[in-house]
Amino acid sequence: MNIIVCVKQVPDTEASLIVKDGVGINEANIKWIISPYDEYAIEEALKLKKTLGNVTLTALTLGPSRCESALRTALALGADAAFHMESEQVLDHMGTARCLAAAIKEIGFPSIIVMGKQAIDDDAYMTHIYLAEQLNAPVSTNLTNVTVTDNEITADREIDEGAKEHLSFSLPCVLGIGKCAYTPKLPNLMGVMKSKKVLIPKKSPVDLDVKELSPSVSALKLFAPPEKPQGRIIGGEPEVAVKELVRLLKEEAKVI
Amino acid sequence: MSKLGIFLEIKDGKFKKSNHELISFASKQGREVIAILCAEKLDSHLTHLQGLNKVIQLSSATALLNDTLSQVISETIKKESITDFLAMATPLAKDLLPRISAKLAAPMVCDCVKIDLSAHEATKPVYSGKLLMNYKLNGERYIYSVRPNTYPAEGPSSTQNPVVETLTVNPQSQGMKLIGTTKGASGRVDLAEADIIISGGRAMQSKENFTLLAELAEVLNAGVGASRAAVDAEYASYDMQVGQTGKVVNPKLYLAAGISGAIQHFVGMKTSKVIVAINRDPEAPIFKKADYGIVGDLFKIIPLLKEEIKRVF
Repeated sequence: MNIIVCVKQVPDTEASLIVKDGVGINEANIKWIISPYDEYAIEEALKLKKTLGNVTLTALTLGPSRCESALRTALALGADAAFHMESEQVLDHMGTARCLAAAIKEIGFPSIIVMGKQAIDDDAYMTHIYLAEQLNAPVSTNLTNVTVTDNEITADREIDEGAKEHLSFSLPCVLGIGKCAYTPKLPNLMGVMKSKKVLIPKKSPVDLDVKELSPSVSALKLFAPPEKPQGRIIGGEPEVAVKELVRLLKEEAKVI
Repeated sequence: MSKLGIFLEIKDGKFKKSNHELISFASKQGREVIAILCAEKLDSHLTHLQGLNKVIQLSSATALLNDTLSQVISETIKKESITDFLAMATPLAKDLLPRISAKLAAPMVCDCVKIDLSAHEATKPVYSGKLLMNYKLNGERYIYSVRPNTYPAEGPSSTQNPVVETLTVNPQSQGMKLIGTTKGASGRVDLAEADIIISGGRAMQSKENFTLLAELAEVLNAGVGASRAAVDAEYASYDMQVGQTGKVVNPKLYLAAGISGAIQHFVGMKTSKVIVAINRDPEAPIFKKADYGIVGDLFKIIPLLKEEIKRVF
């Protein structure tokens, strides 16, 4: 059994973004990170590996050559191997899932696939579910507390206002990981040194004969939302300021 | 004219508030609207469903998992010749809708803040809401999830009762099982649907002090949220977290008490119609994002605010 963790490289949350060519962003000077939910996915995958023992944990990414650094980070954190599906092509989520499915079959399937429930660039939550459909494997989203026993995974699915479903999955399966109750580890120096020596195989969608990649969802226009006007500070003693705030919320903003 | 399908949610026997937004939006499209929902009894919900052409009630003796549910809904969409299928972007729909999209090979855009059904175009926030992307969907059927508090809820468009069809569903889950459930906090206002949210940050100093916010929330019928710093310090539970790795909320009024306003928090609440900040530090970044701000001690201001609102309303 393999464990495969899919990671996506995204712009840092703090990055200011400038639209380029209508549907893209200007990538100059952008700091790239692994999408935060994928960081939890890496940790959950490492926990599964520890419990299962004799498995290979492979980090997988899809994207242009810059994404190699995301794989190096995953290796530094403890992944045994990495696989880079290299493509400059703009894909929709269905196309992404087709590429990932092909890569996963190349790495080794059946396997346990772990990935973040969404990436913080397009903030969509379809890819892992499309992937599961491609692989004909069970899937769920927003999972935490993943554990593994003989041939079975259990996990909590966070739903509304603290409510949870406790689910079990047979193997192979796809797990969409949500925010877990810990801060993901940072790579240590030894991990970083080790990660530099790993040879990462690179394949393109053409190499793996992936078909039907023309998008059924295409980007038309990327734009900034309208700027809000500068707000106002209400001065005076607390009693006075509070009275004025309530008046403004009621009469000016009309929200209470 | 092709038919429009909507998925409505009944939660703990109650008709979800955000359903009304979807019904209002669908009713304005000049199309035949078919609603699909899971419920054992429809009687108490019927007044909400007036004006819809047809309601398909999915009934099951045991809880259905989304693999079964998506299979049944996909078959229903085909059988009823529905071309556009919409749901509110709730925790349930976020797991359910992509499955339907995959099964029907129908393109999907999630968390839409603008939808043009006739042009098959939709706009959604991307990069944590820093930018918006307008997408074109190409296919024979189209799936959209709608961000709550995007479209106004206007009540039933007529007093005409819909045609009701009941479908008994047998669970057919393969490879996954529901072992059990844990109930959430009862009576708490759902943050994703809340009109007003009162949130606290690390400056709340303790779990007990969050009671101050809960008391203010009670007089406003508001939800209580928290920043990641407050959740990490265990002053609040994770399901209250607003921000990048928490909930993205869209209320009419968002009041941030003792929250400095890190970008990770801001991206979770920036689309709020009105933002109020209360913070002791006049340099806190939250004041740059707020419509109204008070510089001062939240432990003084929050109780005063509660009394003033009680006095005025």
